[in-house]
Amino acid sequence: MSTVTGAAPLGHPERSERSAAGDAVMLRYAQDDMRVPHGLVRRWSGIAVALVVVGVAVPVANLLVPETGALHLSDYAVQLIAKIMCYAIAALAMDLIWGYTGILSLGHGAFFALGGYAMGMYLMRQIGSDGQYHLPMPDFMVFLNWKEFPWHWALSDSFVAQMALVILAPGLLAFVFGFFAFRSRIKGVYFSIITQAMTFAMMLLFFRNETGFGGNNGFTDFKRILGVTIATPQTRMVLFVITGCTLIGFYLVARAIVGSKFGRVLQAIRDAESRVMFTGYDPLRYKLAIWTFSAVMCGVAGALYVPQVGIINPSEMTPAASIEIAIWAAVGGRATLIGPIVGAFFVNGAKSVFTQYLPEYWLYVLGAMFIAVTLFLPQGIVGLFRRVRR
Amino acid sequence: MNPSRRHAGKTLTAVALGVATLGFAPFVQAADTIKIGVLHSLSGTMAISETVLKDTVLMAIDEINAKGGLLGKQLEAVVVDPASNWPLFAEKAKQLIGQDKVVVTFGCWTSVSRKSVLPVYEELNSLLFYPVQYEGEELSKNVFYTGAAPNQQAIPAVEYLMSKAGGGAKRWVLLGTDYVYPRTTNKILRSFLHSKGVKDEDIDEKYTPFGHGDYQTIVADIKKFSAGGKTAVVSTINGDSNVPFYKELGNAGLKAKDVPVVAFSVGEEELRGVDPKPLVGHLAAWNYFMSIKSPANTEFIKKWSAYAKAKNIPGHKDKPLTNDPMEATYIGFNMWAQAVKKAGSTDTDKVITAMAGQTFAAPSGITSMMDLKNHHLHKSVFIGEIKADGQFNVVWKTPGPVKAQPWSPFIPENKGKTDEPAMMAAKK
Amino acid sequence: MVLGCVLLSGTAWSLTPQQARALAVGETEERIAALNAQLAGADEKTVALIQALSDDAVKFTDSAVIVMKDDKGHDPVTGAEVAVPATAEDVVNNNQMRSELDSALATIKLFSKDDKVRAEAVKTLQGEPDEAKLPLVEKAYAAETVPAIKEAIGHVRAAMLLGSADTARRLEASRSLGESGTPATKTLLLERQKVETDAAVKGAIAVALGRIEGRLKWGERLGVLFTGVSLGSILLLVALGLAITYGLMGVINMAHGELMMIGAYTTYVVQNLFRTWLPGWFDAYVIVAIPAAFLVSALVGAVLERGVIRFLYGRPLETLLATWGISLVLQQAVRTIFGAQNVPVENPKWLSGGIQAMSNLVLPYNRIAIIVFAVLVLAGVALLIARTRFGLFIRGVTQNRRMAACVGVDTAKIDMLAFSFGAGIAGLGGVALSQVGNVGPDLGQSYIVDSFLVVVVGGVGQLAGTVVAALGLGVLNKLLEGLSGAVLAKIMVLVAIVIFIQRKPSGLFAMKGRSAEA
Repeated sequence: MSTVTGAAPLGHPERSERSAAGDAVMLRYAQDDMRVPHGLVRRWSGIAVALVVVGVAVPVANLLVPETGALHLSDYAVQLIAKIMCYAIAALAMDLIWGYTGILSLGHGAFFALGGYAMGMYLMRQIGSDGQYHLPMPDFMVFLNWKEFPWHWALSDSFVAQMALVILAPGLLAFVFGFFAFRSRIKGVYFSIITQAMTFAMMLLFFRNETGFGGNNGFTDFKRILGVTIATPQTRMVLFVITGCTLIGFYLVARAIVGSKFGRVLQAIRDAESRVMFTGYDPLRYKLAIWTFSAVMCGVAGALYVPQVGIINPSEMTPAASIEIAIWAAVGGRATLIGPIVGAFFVNGAKSVFTQYLPEYWLYVLGAMFIAVTLFLPQGIVGLFRRVRR
Repeated sequence: MNPSRRHAGKTLTAVALGVATLGFAPFVQAADTIKIGVLHSLSGTMAISETVLKDTVLMAIDEINAKGGLLGKQLEAVVVDPASNWPLFAEKAKQLIGQDKVVVTFGCWTSVSRKSVLPVYEELNSLLFYPVQYEGEELSKNVFYTGAAPNQQAIPAVEYLMSKAGGGAKRWVLLGTDYVYPRTTNKILRSFLHSKGVKDEDIDEKYTPFGHGDYQTIVADIKKFSAGGKTAVVSTINGDSNVPFYKELGNAGLKAKDVPVVAFSVGEEELRGVDPKPLVGHLAAWNYFMSIKSPANTEFIKKWSAYAKAKNIPGHKDKPLTNDPMEATYIGFNMWAQAVKKAGSTDTDKVITAMAGQTFAAPSGITSMMDLKNHHLHKSVFIGEIKADGQFNVVWKTPGPVKAQPWSPFIPENKGKTDEPAMMAAKK
Repeated sequence: MVLGCVLLSGTAWSLTPQQARALAVGETEERIAALNAQLAGADEKTVALIQALSDDAVKFTDSAVIVMKDDKGHDPVTGAEVAVPATAEDVVNNNQMRSELDSALATIKLFSKDDKVRAEAVKTLQGEPDEAKLPLVEKAYAAETVPAIKEAIGHVRAAMLLGSADTARRLEASRSLGESGTPATKTLLLERQKVETDAAVKGAIAVALGRIEGRLKWGERLGVLFTGVSLGSILLLVALGLAITYGLMGVINMAHGELMMIGAYTTYVVQNLFRTWLPGWFDAYVIVAIPAAFLVSALVGAVLERGVIRFLYGRPLETLLATWGISLVLQQAVRTIFGAQNVPVENPKWLSGGIQAMSNLVLPYNRIAIIVFAVLVLAGVALLIARTRFGLFIRGVTQNRRMAACVGVDTAKIDMLAFSFGAGIAGLGGVALSQVGNVGPDLGQSYIVDSFLVVVVGGVGQLAGTVVAALGLGVLNKLLEGLSGAVLAKIMVLVAIVIFIQRKPSGLFAMKGRSAEA
């Protein structure tokens, strides 16, 4: 395997030396990930530990340990961790496109929400006639005076069909959007801004009640999934374990992608796209592929999020929500794959704590995090640990 | 940036992050108090309306604590900010009940926020007091609705506008924010208007999203529509969108005597942000106005002014205003306290039983009563016209308190619904 | 004053205490009947009382009616000063009563010596044709000398005659009403059309309606154009500062919205200062707020540039994230200082109300002022960049930073000044926004996406692009809004922009030449 030298790429003459140096450092860290076999052993044991925690420790601590016990994990904590794990999947998706391919998307929240809505539609049908009006239609359709389901609800009764939509809806949107955008060679800041426009338009669309997705209310008050009541600790634990395993699974897949030749090309695109083109690769295919995959990842994350949080509404599609996904990746450490997961836990954990005890200070902390990470910690928390270990 | 500064910056950042992580450590439980949850948006588009309700609850808590508390314990408020974000409402509700162990919550304004938290309160069997007028079509064992149902606000207002004294309106513009409350209220009103012989071509239904700010086109449309006959506008716009709407109305010269606008979510507090002079004559329908003359109201306003000054509440410390949801919060809180005393405990089911039939001398001048079965208050309806100083002239009122009909008879799907909450079977 | 020179012919009955009481106290229906009864023979005192009632300046007790003037009570009959007892209640007028009072006053003013007063009075009467007032209106019509006002009174008379029993009169009325072209007349004709039995009259009404519709349509079209230009001018103000910082410096500033918010809050503070210290000059607060907002926002911009952005040049994505963090901090800071709710900013008198350009077109003063303001700011910026030394340096640093540094330009200082300048313009945008919408900590968030899209569509490096993009998007948005509602219009505009960027990735007026992006 050829290694990329640490020399600064011959970029645009106007680019300052500082940023070139930063890129060089990033490349060095990327190289470190390739070090075998010491890193591999560490990695697989880490994954085993994670599997044990998710699959055994947490269920025991929540379901078997009595409430007054010191090791008991409260339902609230379980739900919080589950939510953060869904966010971690989205952050991982962001790392794949931003950390490794250099595409900053400020609209990934739209894909997350689309997956969530697809799952939500199924869950709304599962309510059956137990809603406020005791009719087989969701409540919001009753107050809109609709007598039958609109066309996009045609498959919503079938679990399999809706799960297919969880993958297809964000995937299709990403594919079409990405195809046209990458083909026109829209890059960098311009691309980020039009992803913002995309998610903003989606948000406005879903806020309309006429669109048929519950408008501002969104979907809530879920009762069952696959016939099983959601609101029991057992169902919640099963969902928790599934989410945890999905996160670990996606991590492994991401690892595989990044370590393969495909991943190398992605990193090359990140570092010097023109040169990649000159050497004969078509960046469009690579960018489109990873972009679509990352959108599907977000969609799956959204679908896992919805039954555990109990509500989905268009506020998940605000530009602010998408920018937060980027910050999880940045705070944790771009181009490290474990970094965004750490970042998602760190930032959301801090958010939970601050909004509970010091709500007036939370935005200061979050804003300061953005500034500090870009100025002082371009490699994020994980990068800091590695530097300290060195 | 030179390397040493960079290194210092990094260390500082790392330390700061570390300290923040320590915040994860659980807090020790405070002294033995009764915890009361306050779930109102303190930021975002609804903050203009909801912030003052938080302060009302805090004032009521101080009052009771000064008298010795409840059941020998002091009351403690747990205030959270769901920031006009509905999923956050649900999360904060779970936190209040599950983490902070509150025995009752006073909160929500928009029906969306209430519907988001409803499953939480039902699943965890806790209590919510909801103080705002709403669309009905709901009756939960775990909620006490101290605001008006449509038959206690919307329908009397439309009847007034149809009458000669109200302007004899023949055409109707139903303008609202796009969510469940305006949609359902307008559905009920349309059915009501049909029953009075108004045709669909004389009804124009329009919706704008939360936070919408540009009402030029809508005001122009209202003008055009009103050319077809005497028109009245029924506004269910919510939150701070009311300010640009009224500004545009004023600038376009749409006077109240030509096209009266009755709003259900605009009170003294929402008028604070607008110049009221061009709005003189436009209407609001509530169960309370600050300008009502009654001894209970005088005392309520005095208490609030003193409290606002003492706590330096922005806006109210110089110009204290009271409004209907504040009154409803105050009534609800006092009735809850009375029910707790009667039941001798804060247990949800015992308090629910003790709430039936509670009475309280309301600032609106009547003796407010909690219905024996349907979790709603009996309320009088007042129609007020905006005055040049931002207060309301009461131009009409019902002869006495009206019992709530949470299941509106104007919605055909409601046939056969009983006037009391279905007992929720245990889910676990 | 003016009313003082009004005297109707015939016997002028002197106002009696019973009559005064009948006007002020009692059920609305009875008061209206009393009003109409007293109208024909109204004397000065009655007119004064009606005016006072209309101004909500009348109180009453069990025995007396008191007119308030300058906080002193007067007896309406004698004019003498009286003490105002504490138990005196305000006379409450509902909308119906207010309508009747205005109508009565307008009828009286028809006989005023002042042309302007008469013209105003006719306008008021057009909305409420009341057969009870027909004899007076006929009199006024006969006595009128000014042709324009005579025509207007003729329309009022025709409106009143529309309900007459005589077919010929109805026919004549319909025909003449076709010339009036006002929405009020349209309402009348529509209502008459529903009950009319005579075929000829029906035909005449239909023709009249057609003509009125035609005129009204023009008003609507111009209205849409105006609202589009108004929105475009706001977008221009909002995007101009961003065009400078991004176009000239390549800095993506997500805190741009917050700089606008700071400008708006500065306006609020200036408003309060005027209210406390210079209440007599209150209406001038906007003029003072303009430079104040510019300076405050520019200052904040300078701090941001020196403190954070300076270290991130050449890293646009990092700048984006860092400035987003700054925006969060600024929002929270404003919440901490001013509270989380919106703050009330009142329009000064000269910005309230509007010009009645056509019968169905009112152009609000505040929006006209914003359009003018946007043009002035644009001119100022263009002049500054094209003609001043500072502008020369900015252009130089943008085109070739190294060369400019070699020639002796202090690039760091120019960066800071240019960024502050862009921030100051954002502050001016905030002043404009404070006059038309809410001022709250979230003000910036509502406009940030729009301002970016304007800059992206317009192309970077030339102000012309920003102008064309802002106006184009504004007008397009409003055109679509008329067809499909506000939300769908916005969505369509966003989709159109995304598609447009595919075709022209560098925007409308792109910088030509090879600027390879790595």
